[in-house]
Amino acid sequence: MIQRRIFLKGGLSAVSLVAAPHLAAQTGERVVIVGGGFGGATAARYLRRFNPALQITLVEPAGEFVMCPMSNRVIHGGLQLRDITRPYGRFVTGNGLRWVRARADGIDVAAREVRAGAERIPYDRLIVAPGVDYVYEGIEGLQTAAQQALVPHAWKAGEQTQQLRNLLQALPDGGVVAMTVPKVPYRCPPGPYERASLIAHYLQTRKPKSKLIVFDANPEIQAKKGLFEAVWKGRYRGIIEYVPNADLKAVDVATGTLDFAMQGKVKAQVLNVIPPQRAGSIARSSGLANVGDRWCGVDFLSYESTAAKGVYVIGDSIAGAPGMPKSGHMANQEAKVCAGAISAQSLGMDVPSDPIIANTCYSFVSQSEVIHVAAVYRYDAAKKTMVTAPGSGGLSAEPSVMEGLYAMAWATNILNDTLG
Amino acid sequence: MEASCLNRIERTGTRPIRASVFLGLILMLPLGALSQTDARDPAAFQVQVWAASCMACHGPDGRAEGTGLAIGGRPAEELRSKLLGYKTGKLPATIMHQHAKGYSDQELARIADYFSSLK
Repeated sequence: MIQRRIFLKGGLSAVSLVAAPHLAAQTGERVVIVGGGFGGATAARYLRRFNPALQITLVEPAGEFVMCPMSNRVIHGGLQLRDITRPYGRFVTGNGLRWVRARADGIDVAAREVRAGAERIPYDRLIVAPGVDYVYEGIEGLQTAAQQALVPHAWKAGEQTQQLRNLLQALPDGGVVAMTVPKVPYRCPPGPYERASLIAHYLQTRKPKSKLIVFDANPEIQAKKGLFEAVWKGRYRGIIEYVPNADLKAVDVATGTLDFAMQGKVKAQVLNVIPPQRAGSIARSSGLANVGDRWCGVDFLSYESTAAKGVYVIGDSIAGAPGMPKSGHMANQEAKVCAGAISAQSLGMDVPSDPIIANTCYSFVSQSEVIHVAAVYRYDAAKKTMVTAPGSGGLSAEPSVMEGLYAMAWATNILNDTLG
Repeated sequence: MEASCLNRIERTGTRPIRASVFLGLILMLPLGALSQTDARDPAAFQVQVWAASCMACHGPDGRAEGTGLAIGGRPAEELRSKLLGYKTGKLPATIMHQHAKGYSDQELARIADYFSSLK
């Protein structure tokens, strides 16, 4: 009867009740998770599945999750923000989580405690999944929040995604859009090039006299290079101009001017500056960003921090192994290995010694056609890192509508997997 | 139509008909029986964590939305032969041939058996 009361009172679907092994007594270790993105939410879900006895607390200030994958389609107009948004409520209840709806302000590693507003949250094990922070220090003219707000990065899905969409809609035909791509590593290597393709498609179909200039701080396209190049040189010829080695030095928000070290000044009506990135601020302030004061070193068997015992870091904040991208899909994968390692130990087993994770990454190049890259990563015990499994992985032969359908199915399935 | 795609599929995830059957079952079971992992068997646990990786595309417990992606509860022989077929190139694929080559035949068989065991 208890279940039935929860079911009625909480308005839960019966499936979330079926998938709710938290009804087992939660007397196990206290695991606290900072951040409810692809990494943190997946970790919560799989900890609950692997060991129902764990006491799991999620620290996340937002009431809903807005997924970055597919957000370029919102900018393009094919989807709306609500299509890529899912509230946390049913996920939290269905998985028997305690939800501290606040921003984590600090971690006391010695006392094993997270501070979030007035709360002190003690933990036996802590998972830190704060995503990335945006680094404006080196860009003159973008030092204040007010200046930054005029030049949306839209690299965290949400308000800025809509803002960039609105700016494109307000662009007069014949106008210029300029976007900047930061030096690697940054979140989602193919993301800027997918965005460029979709903005080009929008301009071609709605504002054909307009053009897009992509200023890349890197010497070349960083993912799916041949596939993007073929599309840009083919159907988007004359619409996309690609400028490599473009190091952004300054922005004048009053006149819409970008200033580059080598290329000089360029004026545009819509500016999309994607700044350089580093581990989320809480990871840095708590001493976990021990790789160049920028990213967090981890043990790839468990994602335990190399800076603090009992603290685990997953997702975009980690110093990834060579070839491992920062992405929602990878954060989901890392979370499962981490949840497996924590659960195994809590169940009296050793940490599994042979993790295998996989990446599948789709990019839209038009309203319906998609390309992908895939890879399988395995642990190399001698090198203590993840390496691409020999013979695995590859790319699409060419863009296709069929892969567009796969991409949409992927988005739904990973959202259900992460926040089900 | 495209715009409602993700939410449409989300709604179908509630599965009210199946749910009523499960709700009946659940009330008959001791709470501890709901646990998915009580095996304490390291080899079986490793397979469970490997299979979790697949669920990003194939959905929780292999219950994917999308043509051909649902693998939970499929016959083990079917899943085994498909995975091996993708690996050797005997079966055409868009993506799975690139994944299957990253696993040994035995690993593929164990993952196939695990998904087959999921209801």
